[in-house]
Amino acid sequence: MNNLDLLTAITVFVLSVLVGVEVISKVPATLHTPLMSGSNSVHGIVVIGAMLIAAESHTLLGYVLAFVAMVFGAMNVVGGYVVTDRMLEMFKAKPRSDEKAEV
Amino acid sequence: MDTVSNAVHYVFLAAAVCFVLGLHLMNHPRTARRGNAISASGMAVAIAATVWLVAHEGTITTTGWLVLVSGGLVGAALGLYAAREVKMTAMPQLVSLFNAVGGGAAALIAVNDLLQADDPAALGARVSLPGALDIVIGAVTFSGSLIAAGKLQGVVSGAPVVFPGARLLNVALPLSFVAGTVWLVLSPDSLTALYGLVAVALLFGVTMVLPIGGADMPVVIALLNAFTGSAVAMAGFVLDETALIIAGMLVSSSGGILTKLMADAMNRSIANVVVGGFGTGDSAPAATGGAPAQVRSVSADDVAVQLAYASRVVFVPGYGLAAAQAQHELGDLAQLLTDHGVEVSYAIHPVAGRMPGHMNVLLAEANVPYPQLKEMDEVNPEFPQADVALVIGANDVTNPIARKPGNAISGMPILDVDKAKSVVVIKRSMGHGYAGIDNELYTNPKTGMFFTDAKKGLSELKAAVGEFVG
Repeated sequence: MNNLDLLTAITVFVLSVLVGVEVISKVPATLHTPLMSGSNSVHGIVVIGAMLIAAESHTLLGYVLAFVAMVFGAMNVVGGYVVTDRMLEMFKAKPRSDEKAEV
Repeated sequence: MDTVSNAVHYVFLAAAVCFVLGLHLMNHPRTARRGNAISASGMAVAIAATVWLVAHEGTITTTGWLVLVSGGLVGAALGLYAAREVKMTAMPQLVSLFNAVGGGAAALIAVNDLLQADDPAALGARVSLPGALDIVIGAVTFSGSLIAAGKLQGVVSGAPVVFPGARLLNVALPLSFVAGTVWLVLSPDSLTALYGLVAVALLFGVTMVLPIGGADMPVVIALLNAFTGSAVAMAGFVLDETALIIAGMLVSSSGGILTKLMADAMNRSIANVVVGGFGTGDSAPAATGGAPAQVRSVSADDVAVQLAYASRVVFVPGYGLAAAQAQHELGDLAQLLTDHGVEVSYAIHPVAGRMPGHMNVLLAEANVPYPQLKEMDEVNPEFPQADVALVIGANDVTNPIARKPGNAISGMPILDVDKAKSVVVIKRSMGHGYAGIDNELYTNPKTGMFFTDAKKGLSELKAAVGEFVG
């Protein structure tokens, strides 16, 4: 595994918070539920961590924990993106005509 | 770092860019769906790259592969099923469930990493400190989110559950986190410290959420979302993966911002929500004294006439609408009025529904065009021009008493419904809202009370209006 030095890790950590605040504070209240569900799928990235621990496991307990982590992580990713898409599909400007609404 | 590992980490960087772009495109309903697709493709590529990395490193056993693939398939199937089947009114439960599994997975990663280390005793604070934090935050999120989901689903009582000593426990448990974390950092090979920390954190998640009342759920879900993000970022520190740190903190900031917005919309601090108080039912409803004030009761026909001859109507939907699943009836009534030439809009209070923005999703499901959905600050100046404000299942957020000092909701931002030319309230009874206080709007002379269930009432209105305009 690559050894990430602490300073770099903390730099990434702090900058990510700033980017997150900047990007997300502009989202209108109308989209707060899809935003939350969308960001929920982003933390499904944890499945990558679960894959990495599955690769390192070599005991029964390790396998069981990795399996549960895989189930949780995959559920988070797949469910999160699918439900967000389902929700966003419903947001339409003019449901009963094909014209393009507002500019 | 070898070539493959290098390449994989460039892919992770690209995925991180996709996540940021995806969230950025969420700032308009027209681009949001594309944003979600971009974010999803970033995720898919990152997962594929990880498979490549794992195969390339070659440390994985056959059983490991089996675990990885079967766990992934089972999880994906469960997630897909839940996402396809869930009703829009049940979205808060599902989001809460995804918070639980995300936090749980993050905690398991730290537990497994500490257990599988070749020489756990030699692990420095560089791994054990984020590991301990990951376990604490992840486990609290896991059990707390499950309780929150249970409350939303009605499996666990939505009313605040308070037991003797609960408050004391909620002070004692965080103190034991500090002790447990220090212990684990000093001796990363201590199984007692590891399991003890997991147990205490799981217990705290339960005792933290149980005393919080149903009305505070938008704050709680947003807060747990922020927790999950932090837990995932900590897992990133444990595994030396920047992708987890970036994605985790993006989520954490979004959760943090929403938590603050929701708390502000209720004029309360986040600490106040978590510690409990208003809306938790443990303070007795303020005694009003005096005779019950007079209210004017109206029928479906009365309201239909008002609506049909109005030029501007503002709908004010609240949780009662969602609880009655009446969003489709409201959408139909609005469409009927629009076709008749009435200008309609929807006034949405930030905490309407059970999670941030929930009401907008419910109305979108009923085919309401999003430009008609107006946020509080946008719609408040429009109330004086509205001929009729129709309040459906909203209570505290319309109570003018919030503008006066000295009551449970003083200072809470409200919708200025009382400024409309006339007001109709659809409500089942004169019951109180979560704050347990009388709503002055109901006794206002220009307010008519239409006592009925939201779904039934809106169907009747639709039929009555249909006769007038048809």
